[in-house]
Amino acid sequence: MANDLLKRFSFEITSNDFITAGKSSSYIKSNLKSLGIDSKVIRKIAIVFYEAEINLVIHSLGGKIYCDLYEDKIIIISKDIGPGIDNVELAMTEGYSTATDKVRELGFGAGMGLPNMKKYSDIFKIISDKNGTLIELTIFI
Amino acid sequence: MKIKEIIEIVNAKVLTEFCNEEKEFEYAFASDLMSDVLAYANDETLLITGLSNPQVIRTAEIMDISAVLFVRGKVPNSDIIDLAVENSLTILATDNIMFETCGLLYKNGMKGNRKWQTTY
Repeated sequence: MANDLLKRFSFEITSNDFITAGKSSSYIKSNLKSLGIDSKVIRKIAIVFYEAEINLVIHSLGGKIYCDLYEDKIIIISKDIGPGIDNVELAMTEGYSTATDKVRELGFGAGMGLPNMKKYSDIFKIISDKNGTLIELTIFI
Repeated sequence: MKIKEIIEIVNAKVLTEFCNEEKEFEYAFASDLMSDVLAYANDETLLITGLSNPQVIRTAEIMDISAVLFVRGKVPNSDIIDLAVENSLTILATDNIMFETCGLLYKNGMKGNRKWQTTY
């Protein structure tokens, strides 16, 4: 059945951990490759997953990212424990960023994270309040 | 443009043991912003950057970019090189600044990677 969850990958993401940031994305990418998923789809998934991972490292107090595999789609769920996004509409604008200078020195914080996630996913949902942000990204296989 | 030509044109050093000098790149993308690399770069692109941290390698890996050219004499530390080797990336380094590096490669036929849709 297309709606049956075939496999779930889950990852704990630590706030401010810039050394291992990206490791989960790398793991997901190689696992999806071994499952024989189309390389263009894998690339989209890897990009949105990496953006989600970097976002949690930069902006959140920590959280989890799930990658759920269905027969016809992959859903990536990013769920953090706060502090939430003040203005989601603004955060969705290319170039708008609240990242610190330290983050910018690392090559991020250009305000492309959320717009990029939207660009590379087929369905993009975001809910945020002070208790945390939930992002759900669907990519059809 | 083959890697061996890139090496010659910008007088680059190869920092990884593995280097397929015959590998060809039609396009290059130059940026110190990994966010922009994620937004705009395509695969089979040479990434030119002056940023030297592990996220450069992670970004290249995610984008299926197989070679990174560090400019301004930046020498990535051994952790970064190890991560590159682990991901079968070729790392090059030149003392030229970004502007000169891009200019030299462009003059010799390398094209800019501009396959994206503007949103304005």
